[in-house]
Order: sequence, then C-alpha cells, then structure tokens
Amino acid sequence: MSFETKLNEGIFCIPECNECKKIVWPPAEFCSHCFGTVSPKEGDFEGKIIEFSSKNGQCFCVVEFEKAFRIIATISKTPGIGQSVKMSKCGISDGNYSFIVI
Amino acid sequence: MAKVGIIGYGITPFTKDDRKIESILLDSAKELFKNNQKINRDDVDAVLVSTNNNSKYLSPILSEMAGIKPKIAHSIESLCNSGTNSIVSAYSYIASGLADLVLVTGAERYDSPGSILEWDDSRGEYKHPIFWASIFAKSYKREFGISDEQLALVPVKNHKQARENPNALSGKTYAVEDVMNSKRLTDDLRLLDCSRPCTGSSSIILGSEEKTKELSESPVWITGIGQKTTSAGFTKNTSFSSMESTRQACETALKMSKKNIGNVNVAEIHDAFSVCEPMALESIGFANEGQGMGMIKELHYTDNFKINPRGGLIGCGHPLGATGIAQTIEITQQLQSNASKRQVDNAHVGLVHNMSAAATSSTVLVLEK
Repeated sequence: MSFETKLNEGIFCIPECNECKKIVWPPAEFCSHCFGTVSPKEGDFEGKIIEFSSKNGQCFCVVEFEKAFRIIATISKTPGIGQSVKMSKCGISDGNYSFIVI
Repeated sequence: MAKVGIIGYGITPFTKDDRKIESILLDSAKELFKNNQKINRDDVDAVLVSTNNNSKYLSPILSEMAGIKPKIAHSIESLCNSGTNSIVSAYSYIASGLADLVLVTGAERYDSPGSILEWDDSRGEYKHPIFWASIFAKSYKREFGISDEQLALVPVKNHKQARENPNALSGKTYAVEDVMNSKRLTDDLRLLDCSRPCTGSSSIILGSEEKTKELSESPVWITGIGQKTTSAGFTKNTSFSSMESTRQACETALKMSKKNIGNVNVAEIHDAFSVCEPMALESIGFANEGQGMGMIKELHYTDNFKINPRGGLIGCGHPLGATGIAQTIEITQQLQSNASKRQVDNAHVGLVHNMSAAATSSTVLVLEK
C-alpha cells in the first residue's frame, strides 16, 4: 500500500522507510537515504504553520509535520505563524494532491 | 583550467508570437552568424539547445537548419536556468578539450510547459509559480518589515530599464501606483510583480582561448562558475526569505574567478517576481540581509543601471530556455561597452544569476573582459 493509494482514500500518512525509519518526502517507492522500501505510516499527525498567503480569500499555507517535511495546504481561516494544525481532509483531485488543514 | 571565451551572440526581440519552436531557435542563431562573419560554421564542434519545449531532437534540427554538422548535439533542460546550465556545459566541453567552438541556442514559446513543475506534489494543488512567489513575498516582508509599495519599486525600475532594450517585451514604464493597482493575483502578488512567459530566442558562441582570440576583437572570458541544487521541491527550502542555492553558487563562482562581490560592476539578477530581486541581491552579497530594497531604491533614483540593465525578467519577459543566455549576452555587451543607453560606466567584471523552481537550483557566472 503506497502513500498515494492511502491519500486517494482520504487518509494522510507519513511515508517511512522500512529499513532506516527515516521519513521519505516527497513520497517515493524507495528511501532517498538507504534505498530501503517505504511504507505509509498512519497517525493523528500535528503540523505547524510555517508561512501562508491567500488567493481570492482562500488561504494557503506551508505546514511542517514531524519537524521533517512540509506541504502546501488550504486552511479556511487566516492562520498565525507557528499555529498547530491537523489534516482535516486530503485526497487526489485532477491528478494533484490536495490537503486541507484546520 | 583552460580559458573559455565568448566570441559572439545573436538575440531577437521577445514577443508573444505563436510560432514553431524550430523557427524560434533559428532566429537568434541566424542573427549570431550574420553578426560574426568570421566564424566558419564548419568549425562548430557542438550545438547545445536550451529549452523546456517538449519537441524532440531540437539540436540536430537546429544544426541542420543552420548548415552545421557538429560532433556533439543535444538539448539541455533545467526549467528556468536551462540557459546558464547550457553555457556551463559548453564551457566544460571546451575546457576538457572535446570541443573548440560551441554554439548555445536557447528558445521558448510563450506557452512553455516549463512554467509548472508537475512532479512537486508537496505543493498540493498550489503548483503555479505565483504560489511559491507569494510565500517568498509574505516571508520576506514579515522578516524585514518591507511593504508591498516598497517591493513595487522593482518592476518600476526594471520596466524603466527595459525601455532602453530593443529586444524587451515591455515597452512601457510604470509608477508604484500602477504596480499597486495592477490585478491582484494573491494577497502578496500583483500582475506587475511577475515576469511574463513569452516567445524568444538567444544564441551565444563560446570558444577555446585560441579560437576566441582568433575570432573576437573584444573577447569576454568566463572566469567563474558556481552551481548549486539544494532540492527539486519548493517545500524543502530552508528559508523562504533568502536563496541558499544562490548563496552557495555565488560563493563558488567568485572563488573560482578570484574576485569578491565588490569587484562586480554590473549584474543580471533572476527577478522572476519582484521579491526575487532583493532576495537575490542579499544572497549574492551585494546587500546585507534585509537591505536589498535600499540598494534597489538608490539605484533607481540615481538612474544607475548596475542591476538588471536589460530590464531583468520582469521587463524583458521570460522565455525560460533563452533567459540565461540573454542575461549572459547583456553582460557581454556591457563588458564590451556596447550596451547603448543601458551602458554601465567602467564595466570590467560582470555577474549573471539564473535560477529555477523557487531557487531550488542556481547558477552564477562571472564574466571579465
């Protein structure tokens, strides 16, 4: 089961190497550190807002998870830097990953 | 290391024309050979094409259209810094002895697929460059207390300078109010803060020391090269208010050329968006952290063309594969005292800064006469 398969089911996972346990980001089949195989780790992950902006009233933000990797996500309200957030919805839409945090 | 020089160049106006990439490529190559009649096309050892276009076999096609039968012919793609990557490859072929004369031609159509890096899924649905540029702008403004009005001076300066460049896409000048009143793309970016994709072509021919001295009356030498790629994905950037790849590339280039930033008289900077210019000036070392806009303000109000004399990407337009080569041509013209009304006084050492994908990769060249 890959990160992408899980994401397509609406489940946000962290891709972790089965060998060295490092987080592999962006998600990939093999670890960029030791070339071990990668599996998606499920959990209730907390992220922190690193930066944000907005377009037509819709905020988008850079969120850091596990002090290890970052994504750009949608957030409904203007956030603050350092604010804690959780993934509320994710998936794949028109070929693009989609992340919404609250 | 063997010396490598710039023998000649060809460049044609940047436009919004809808033309075949093969024809666009030939435009500037043709111009180059027209302007440099001493160059025998039979002596060209390599033809390198810089483009993000998806068409195939473009270097052999250009070679055939230009009547060249090179030993080496291939394309080079690295998004927005394809141009200087191609120049570095040409340099390497010559320095290694594999070639004595290398033609580098860059071209792009206005609808280049190179504007968006589809691979970078960590950006989610926010893959268009305006999103990373907005994050850069927000971060830079917050960290250094800079306003939108202050950043608006970058396009004001660069469009003004582009007015003196007959090949630039922009033919207009703007006031800060015009920038502020232009279409708001995001909370941190307006239309006039952006360079525009366009159709364009630029060619340069590099030679060994012997060939350069034989074929050029005023040779310009590439004395420093620095490149650094920190990642491919935008979210891996360690800072959104400075450019780490640029800092490292510049340090390498200056070290190679045995120069320091104070020796540089004129520079082309990759101002894909307004905020990129002060960020790059600081990462290169022209200004201290947070002081880039102060330098830009002083240059603008004294009509000093030291930074982006041709108008930068914002004033010239940004045909991705042609941009790095066009920047290098501008610095060559400056060092040859051949830049007309854009000429910077006493230009002996010049610098080219070309980057790609939110500064995840940078190339810096140092040129001297």
